[in-house]
Amino acid sequence: MRLAPPTKAKSMRTEQIILFRAGGQLLAISSASVQEVRSVDSFAGSATEISAPGLRKVRHSVVRNNEMLYVVNGAIHFGLPITPAALVFVLRKTRTVLLVDGIENMSTMTHLQALPRAFCHEERQWYRGLTALDQSVVPVVKPEGFLTNEEIAQLDAAVLASVAAATDPSAPGAQP
Amino acid sequence: MTLTVEHDLQSFVLLRLGERRFAVSAKHIAELVAPSRIFRFPHKTPKIEGVILRRGRIVPVCDVAERLLGKRLTSRRFYLIAVRHYASASEWMALPVTGECELINAEITPAGESDAPHVAGWISYSGDVIEVLNLDALTPGPEALPSPENLLETQEAMR
Repeated sequence: MRLAPPTKAKSMRTEQIILFRAGGQLLAISSASVQEVRSVDSFAGSATEISAPGLRKVRHSVVRNNEMLYVVNGAIHFGLPITPAALVFVLRKTRTVLLVDGIENMSTMTHLQALPRAFCHEERQWYRGLTALDQSVVPVVKPEGFLTNEEIAQLDAAVLASVAAATDPSAPGAQP
Repeated sequence: MTLTVEHDLQSFVLLRLGERRFAVSAKHIAELVAPSRIFRFPHKTPKIEGVILRRGRIVPVCDVAERLLGKRLTSRRFYLIAVRHYASASEWMALPVTGECELINAEITPAGESDAPHVAGWISYSGDVIEVLNLDALTPGPEALPSPENLLETQEAMR
């Protein structure tokens, strides 16, 4: 008698995630999206203050590899109470550096559920979806969701204006 | 032999919100469950409180009491898991309710022009006239509120 061949276990697609807090809220991000994790203290020296009207969540910029990156306060971005931030995540393939309270731990995500359609506002830009971890539900953030193209254009314009003002103080409101 | 034909009788689930009762077509109800932990996270959609985990699914919790009664529920005994239809799919949605639900058969009177979009029709039961809810108009979703034509289609589909 021949036995049926053992059924192959389906290989589950997993993804390494970083569980972190911003504004006290537990969130997750794919570790592949994070290029670098730095302490705020070590990062502060290279950051320049920036002021873009209407964009309270961005207060600093930093130049990395000839590219201007913007430091987004995660708590303000999500409309959460402002908490002391200890770490920054330099996000890959974006112009965002994310200011967070700290890292909770690392984990493996086996299933990402799309955000239910009932959520129909800005949060659709914020999250890739939701994942269930240890009988808890954690939103998985979208790295490119922290700054829209319009916001980046606004920030670029603010930086150019401040550079122009610094080089030619007699030209107030210098525009790119 | 006597044949009794019951014309236009449909099944509805009666739910209680505070002191009022509302009806939802039984076709749109998945189950009634005890309240479980709500997971909350930042978002901007009004009326959505968070999500619950149910049978491995992540289900949004939508408090419809504020819109229907003008105030939020102070106590909730169950979640009525309803099916919410979107343009391209259907998903579960948990509605907090304050009391036991009841399955009844009744004849629906379609909503009139002056009724709010979330009213799919009316039923008469135990001496009360009860609003039949159109959950697709009552709960948030990506599409705009249904047009009058869509509403009519919904009502026709329910008949």
